[in-house]
Amino acid sequence: MIRFDRVFKRYPNGREALAELSFELATGEMSFLTGHSGAGKSTVLKLIALLERPTRGQVVIHGCNTSTLRRGAIPAFRRQVGVVFQDHRLLDDRPVYDNVALPLAIAGMRRREMDKRVRAALDQVALLGKERMFPLELSAGEQQRVGIARAVITKPPVLIADEPTGNLDPDLALEVMNLFRRFNSVGVTVMVATHDVHLLDRFPVRRIHIEQGRLASNPDVAA
Amino acid sequence: MSLPEELRTARPAGPRTFGGAASTWLERHAQTLVGSLGRLARQPIATALTIAVIGIALALPTALYLVVANARAVTAGLGDTVQLSVYLRLPMTPEVARKVARVIGARDEVSQVVLVSPDEGLVEFRALSGIGEALNALTENPLPWTVKVRPAPSHDSALAVEALAAELRGIPEVELVEADTAWVRRLNALLDTLRQVVLLSAAVLAFGVLAIVGNTIRLDINGRRAEIEVTKLVGGSNAFVRRPFLYSGFWQGLAGGLLAVGLIAAGLAVLDAPIARLAAAYGTSFSLAGLAMREWLAVVGGGAGLGLLGAWLAAGYHLHRIEPRA
Repeated sequence: MIRFDRVFKRYPNGREALAELSFELATGEMSFLTGHSGAGKSTVLKLIALLERPTRGQVVIHGCNTSTLRRGAIPAFRRQVGVVFQDHRLLDDRPVYDNVALPLAIAGMRRREMDKRVRAALDQVALLGKERMFPLELSAGEQQRVGIARAVITKPPVLIADEPTGNLDPDLALEVMNLFRRFNSVGVTVMVATHDVHLLDRFPVRRIHIEQGRLASNPDVAA
Repeated sequence: MSLPEELRTARPAGPRTFGGAASTWLERHAQTLVGSLGRLARQPIATALTIAVIGIALALPTALYLVVANARAVTAGLGDTVQLSVYLRLPMTPEVARKVARVIGARDEVSQVVLVSPDEGLVEFRALSGIGEALNALTENPLPWTVKVRPAPSHDSALAVEALAAELRGIPEVELVEADTAWVRRLNALLDTLRQVVLLSAAVLAFGVLAIVGNTIRLDINGRRAEIEVTKLVGGSNAFVRRPFLYSGFWQGLAGGLLAVGLIAAGLAVLDAPIARLAAAYGTSFSLAGLAMREWLAVVGGGAGLGLLGAWLAAGYHLHRIEPRA
């Protein structure tokens, strides 16, 4: 489902983020992506969401090689990957409903089915009834959950998250992580970049640990 | 740990039948259409200024076009004003003169001929020239037989009158043909020049409209950068991101076209009475011709088309440069 094959990534400014990184994540598998800041976690996620392409090596998502994908095929590719950002990336001038429904609007869904889906997604993240509110009227945890609802509303087979609990207190962080577990339990391949040690200890899932752009030892230990 | 049915199965979103696809497509466009109107309405002053500039830019060449069209209408029917004077050779017997007049009168291009004998001509000349006393000194009448020819309405353009004059000069008994068409030719040459000016100014101002719409769209795109990035991030294609901007350009162009039509109609209404008085002073009845329905539609449609094109060019150029960052 997610396969990195000797991936090397150098940014235009010369910084080398990844060196010979190889790992594979099976369909329906969940993993934590760990490592110090600057180790290359964000780069891995950017490569999966096709915000960047590898300098060398291959990134294959859902059978699709990101290096050879045409520019015009990128939007369709991104619809297969749900992304949750640490800073939410919500549109502050649009109500919660519009933010969550955006991927459905892009897919061209009809209003009636859209309503149903948005309600179901908001129900999942315990935000039902807040459709008309604006992101800035919500707490940090609620904003993060709006971002998660938006990421999962198209039922993507792959869900990735960049430090989704970074700004949340432990209880909220636990709640958010449970949410990811639930999506994983219905077959979604999930990868969560985090350095939240408490969470790592509480969830027995595979860890992919990178150091200086390489896979570090004991990667497959379930903590 | 279970999800509701709506979120469970990972099947692709969207319609499954062709009819469904078509109506979804329509619904989506209708939403964007209305949505872009709403966005324009939220910036009333900027929108009004853009529309005003587009309206004026479209109204100027249209007004010039109307001036030319009306001037052409004035000179199109020369039947009342132009007649040819055909002077016959000397000496000439009345019988031959009548025969020549009949021959000329039988032509298709001619609606009426009047034969004027030398004596009648002298009487007329005496009355009009004011040198009657001097004429008394003449021992014989120096005037030739004259045929006054009025062209048929179907042949009263300057060109046709000239052609008729050339034909008549070919008749052996004819000495001289006078057709006062020089002023008509000069006017027509002037109108031809003006028509080029209309085309040229229309082209320049159309380019201006493109630039205005393009700049408005550019500012709009910059103002909605975050939204565009996020939309692309969750899989919005360039076409999807571009659509609201295209509609925005379309609306502004359409409104500009309607404003231009309104300005022209107002101008015509204001000028109507003075023109009627002017015409009355010249003893004719002439009223300004407005635009035909086809031309009204061309102005409005041209505005909408230019708006759409300007938006398309600007969006194509600027949207490509916005790529999402994580």
